[in-house]
Order: sequence, then structure tokens, then C-alpha cells
Amino acid sequence: MRLDILKVLNEERAARRSVIVVTNQDSGAQRLVKGADIRSDPLKAMLDKHLRSAKSGIEETPEGRVFLTVHVPSPKLVITGAVHISQALAPMGQLLGYDVTIVDPRTAFASIERFPDVKVVAEWPDVALPPIGIDHYTAFVALTHDPKIDDPGLALALKSDCFYIGALGSRKTHARRVERLKAERGFTDNDIGRIHSPIGLDIGSVSPAEIAVAIIGEITQRLRQEPS
Amino acid sequence: MLARDEDILRAAEDWKKAGRGVALATVVETWGSAPRPVGSNLVIDDQGNFLGSVSGGCVEGAVVSEAIDVIESGKPRTLEFGVADETAWKVGLSCGGKIRVFVEKVE
Repeated sequence: MRLDILKVLNEERAARRSVIVVTNQDSGAQRLVKGADIRSDPLKAMLDKHLRSAKSGIEETPEGRVFLTVHVPSPKLVITGAVHISQALAPMGQLLGYDVTIVDPRTAFASIERFPDVKVVAEWPDVALPPIGIDHYTAFVALTHDPKIDDPGLALALKSDCFYIGALGSRKTHARRVERLKAERGFTDNDIGRIHSPIGLDIGSVSPAEIAVAIIGEITQRLRQEPS
Repeated sequence: MLARDEDILRAAEDWKKAGRGVALATVVETWGSAPRPVGSNLVIDDQGNFLGSVSGGCVEGAVVSEAIDVIESGKPRTLEFGVADETAWKVGLSCGGKIRVFVEKVE
């Protein structure tokens, strides 16, 4: 590997951007493709598939037999609301490899007793979210039912390119939320279309833990599958 | 695992910048119950120091000595190991497995 390739690889990884190194197994020839540049690469479809699954591997290509080393940042899960569903969702997220943070300014909710092994930030989303850094490899979930807490979080998520946004609430609640996000914060229908609501896969969930399963299932789907 | 992989590639860059001869070994294919996934890295310098893992310990010694040759010659090499011998069994790989490792010089 050339030192300049290695240097860019380490820079991209440190900045939490995806990157694939393509190494010809016969000649040793090598090139680095940044995630953002995949669409203009001759191996576009193949690289895209590997990026989505985050799997390295050997492929036969018109360039010969190549090894694709896929580097994808570990995903984050950011939740507003230290609520009952979060108590199940946070450990599930951790099990799946997410770096989980819960944000809730209500100190009675955001207690270490209720969330012994999770990062909980007892601040308003405006304060808490910028240092967490909502980036492409982040899933954002709003669970409080309280517009004062959920709306500013959703606004920050919508301004980012995070791969998943979900918000808890009935159809009626969501309709009111859509009106507020448009009227008070200037978002368009197109922006708001990114919010999954009703949140989670439709699997008939009843209990908070089952709702958490539906949410983590939907997040996994968005991470791994091309939107249909 | 990710943090550790990051450290390995960072070490490869740092070692090279410090003027050491450096090779990078990568697991490119696995069959059966291989101990480390495809994409796992081992960085080796010309003194035989290494960081990371391609097999959980069974074949690192062999990879390191091959890597020292690669650092000298500059030519990449592909190595194949069956990890089903007694050593492998001792570390819990009783059901066997095979790995292919690509070794290249950092230059």
C-alpha cells in the first residue's frame, strides 16, 4: 500500500466517512475510493453493494481479481426521551454495535438508575446534539411525545444527512408535528418525508420492548437496504 | 474491533513515517470456521514487531516471517493457511478452517 493511500484512508476513517480500497490480487495495483465518489467509479454497483453490507471481500471484475477492503464508521443511535421504550431500545442498539446516546432535559427521567449502562445527557437537544455530531452513520429517534423536546431534535436531524429519522406518535400527533415543522421551522414536505412515522416496522408491537424491536428492525433495514 | 483496526492502520502509517520498513497483511478470504473475519489486518515492521491479528494467534508467526521478505523484495504475496492442526485445536478451532492472507509492503 502506498503511504499516500494509507494517509487518506486514516483521514477518512477519523472523519467518520466511508472508504473502499480496491487491490488487484495479481498486480498489487491499488486505489482508494471515497464513499462520496463511488457513483462515478467503474465498479459502482459492486462497490455500492459492499458499502451497504459493510463487508470486505474478493470480486472478479473487468479489472481482474480484486480485493475490496471496506471501511465503514460504526453507527450511532441518538434518542430523545429517556422513556420506557428507550430502556429497551438502548441496550438493543448497543447489542447491534451502535454507539447509543439518550438526550432528555428532564432529570427525573434521565437518571443513571434507569439507564445504568447508557450515555444519558440531561440537556435540551439544542445543547446536547451538536457535540454528539449527527452524521450520515447516525440514526435519530424522537420518543418523548413532547414537542418542546422532540421538535428541536428532529430539526437538527433533518438538517443532517443521517440515514434514519423516526418519531413516535399517532397519525394525529404526527400530522400536528408536520404542521409545526413546516410553519415554525420552514421544512418542506420533501424534508419531512424522511421522518418514519408511525415509527418502526409494522409487526403488531404492543409492549415498549416490542416497539423497540420494531424500531431497531426499521433502522437495520434503512442501514442495509436500498430504499424501495 | 473497529477501534483496534483503526489503531492498526494508524500504526502502519506512523511506523512508515518513522522510517521503519512496514508491511500490511490482510485476510482476504476465509473458508469454514476461520477465527478472524475478512478484512482483518496485521501490521509488521522489518524487525518483526507486529500489531493486530489475522488468525487469533495460530499463523501470525508465519505471516510475520513472510512479511519481512515482502518488505525486502517489495513484491506482494498471497499466503494460504489451513488452521486445523494441533495448534489451532488448542485455541479452540477444532472444526478447522482455511484463510488466505494478502501481504503487501507500505511504500
